[in-house]
Amino acid sequence: MKDFIVEPLENIEVLESKDFFSELSTELSKGSGISSYFAMPQGSDFKLFACLLSKSGEIKIICSNVREKITSLSTFFPQLHLFEREIAEKTGLKIDGHPFPNPVRYENGLTASSGKYFRLGGDEIHEVAVGPVHAGVIEPGHFRFQCLGENVFNLQIELGYQHRGIENAIPKVKKNKFLPLIETVAGDTSIGHAWTFAKVYEALSSCEISPRAASLRGIALELERMANHVGDIGALSGDVAYLPTSSFCGRIRGDILNTTAILCGNRFGRNFIVPGGVAFDVDEKITEEMMSKFDKAYEDAVSAISLLWDKKSVLDRFEKTGTVTTEQALKLRLVGPVARASSVPFDIRALFHIYPYEDYELEPLTLNGDVFARAYMRWMEIKKSYKLIKNWMNNLPSGPISVESKSLKPNSLAMALTEGWRGEISHVCITDENGNISFYKIKDPSFHNWQGLSIALRDAKISDFPLCNKSFNLSYCGHDL
Amino acid sequence: MIKEILARIKQGNKTSHFPFRNIKLSGRYRGFPETNFSKLSDEEKKQLSEICPCDCFSKNGSQMSMDLGNCTFCGLCSAKMPEAVKFSKTWSMAVSSREDLIVKDGFKKKNVVAKPEIKKIFGRSLKLRQVSAGGCNACEADCNVLGTPVFDMARFGIQFVASPRHADGILITGPVTRNMYAALQKTYDAVPAPKLVIVVGSCAIGGGIYRGMPMMAGLPPNIKPDLFIPGCPPNPMTILDGILRLIGRK
Repeated sequence: MKDFIVEPLENIEVLESKDFFSELSTELSKGSGISSYFAMPQGSDFKLFACLLSKSGEIKIICSNVREKITSLSTFFPQLHLFEREIAEKTGLKIDGHPFPNPVRYENGLTASSGKYFRLGGDEIHEVAVGPVHAGVIEPGHFRFQCLGENVFNLQIELGYQHRGIENAIPKVKKNKFLPLIETVAGDTSIGHAWTFAKVYEALSSCEISPRAASLRGIALELERMANHVGDIGALSGDVAYLPTSSFCGRIRGDILNTTAILCGNRFGRNFIVPGGVAFDVDEKITEEMMSKFDKAYEDAVSAISLLWDKKSVLDRFEKTGTVTTEQALKLRLVGPVARASSVPFDIRALFHIYPYEDYELEPLTLNGDVFARAYMRWMEIKKSYKLIKNWMNNLPSGPISVESKSLKPNSLAMALTEGWRGEISHVCITDENGNISFYKIKDPSFHNWQGLSIALRDAKISDFPLCNKSFNLSYCGHDL
Repeated sequence: MIKEILARIKQGNKTSHFPFRNIKLSGRYRGFPETNFSKLSDEEKKQLSEICPCDCFSKNGSQMSMDLGNCTFCGLCSAKMPEAVKFSKTWSMAVSSREDLIVKDGFKKKNVVAKPEIKKIFGRSLKLRQVSAGGCNACEADCNVLGTPVFDMARFGIQFVASPRHADGILITGPVTRNMYAALQKTYDAVPAPKLVIVVGSCAIGGGIYRGMPMMAGLPPNIKPDLFIPGCPPNPMTILDGILRLIGRK
């Protein structure tokens, strides 16, 4: 099975609006998840696309022409709520029956005061407002808590401060700006987004990359995953004041980033992936240099992270904090390690088995969705990524690292999925009659998961917020685009 | 406790010897560029300008220059015309004035000017408030690591603090989006004078890849940087080196 789909636009059946929403409901009731949902301007009207991913890995795209309004299904399928708000904000379409139609990014000349805040009544309720500038070196976002004493009733997350307008810019800029823009969707997920973009681009130009290029991309993606997971576990230990692991992991994360830098000169893997393959090859010397650094980093990670799991004071803070149940995770369609920590067995790598992930399997999950689960899930993934990288490095196929990418097919739609370190990344690209990009839609996994953080905080203590936030470690800029 | 001590012995002391010994970055690292535009024909100069995703190259009469303040160090120019642009391994790149980032033929890398009054006030203790104003979180990540044992900037008395009221200056990353403009201005105003301003990364310095996009506001005119640290993102060494030079510690 392929992790992308490419279709001429004329082959995508345009449904009646009524049929579109009933089809969407049927698919979501059957357990499909929404991977992307957007409206493309078409004259004075809009064309509404929903990209659905079934449990067995089939990608289905449904489409309809809409004018003035769309029907909101968020009340029945909470996974849609942010997508619907996004459509309303970007197009000006009304969303009929949305429970909380706030803007998502405050674009279109709106100011931060144009949104509304959810308020709880009662004399003893107090409100805590945090951000956009937080304590710490972190991206901007605004959080509002409705509390009774220490207990949080509701956490509202308002983002948009990082909004740069990347989606709108892509059809307008010259070609050599595509990748630099995509790589900065979320700086810590440069490889994940660049690979997804490359998949879309290659699908539209019928280009197949060499096994060597695919393996090298896999190595870069897993290095990115390991670096971020190690960093996250360190940050979690820092938040419960267990400093040994925190200090060790902060440094080990850097060692893994430096391994990526040996590969391509940039710690975040910038400029490594290009449509058609990769920009840098490895020879024996580079391989050796990378592996010796990488093996040492992994060895250190094992000794640093193992300290956590039998430390009672750490476990006491991790366990039963910020729990997200399996049912909640499914309803919100959480993705990535956060979902797997709530025992949702969903991983793009295991679903599609594309090269070089053909042997990748998920083991049965029995985690209960608390901070411990999210930390432990990361640890399991670090171990798996290590094995993958070792295996690929030792068995690199020979061959070219890139093939010439041709021009894009006109009037087509392509969509691709990648399991980034935060979860499912999806990109959709639509071309015009000349084969130029006319519409581009990016979805960072954080777009699904922010609501999960809010749910994790329900009935929790406000003092647990930093810990819960770290355990999700979501991207502000990936959400804001 | 014994496990922690054993782990510490195993991990060893990882703090880098910088600034007492020089540090070498990996072989493919792209640092301060040397240019040789003189041999290029007009046609080649045009090609070079077109290849740059960030429009770093500009022509003033026949003299061509490259704006490092906007450069993401992607290396496309050097891959296409290795004779004209050559990225060196020099990672010490911070400067005190915006003009010092405009590289021309025969350009000598300028160093940060450590003003005596800055050294006197902040030389032994500098507390910074970091403001992320619309970037991609890579610069933030590379500022964050300055607190890890490898860089350990606290050994120089430098720290990131939570409140602008406790800060001696602000360190700005990101191109300053319209939605962050007011928050940045307020944070800056809340820092007591005398205060330093450090801009990190090509977005914050010149707009970088986002230059000219409609959601960008840019730095408020009253915020005048004392230190520019180029890169996308700059290597943590570049950031630390710049800050140390600014306060006269290197």
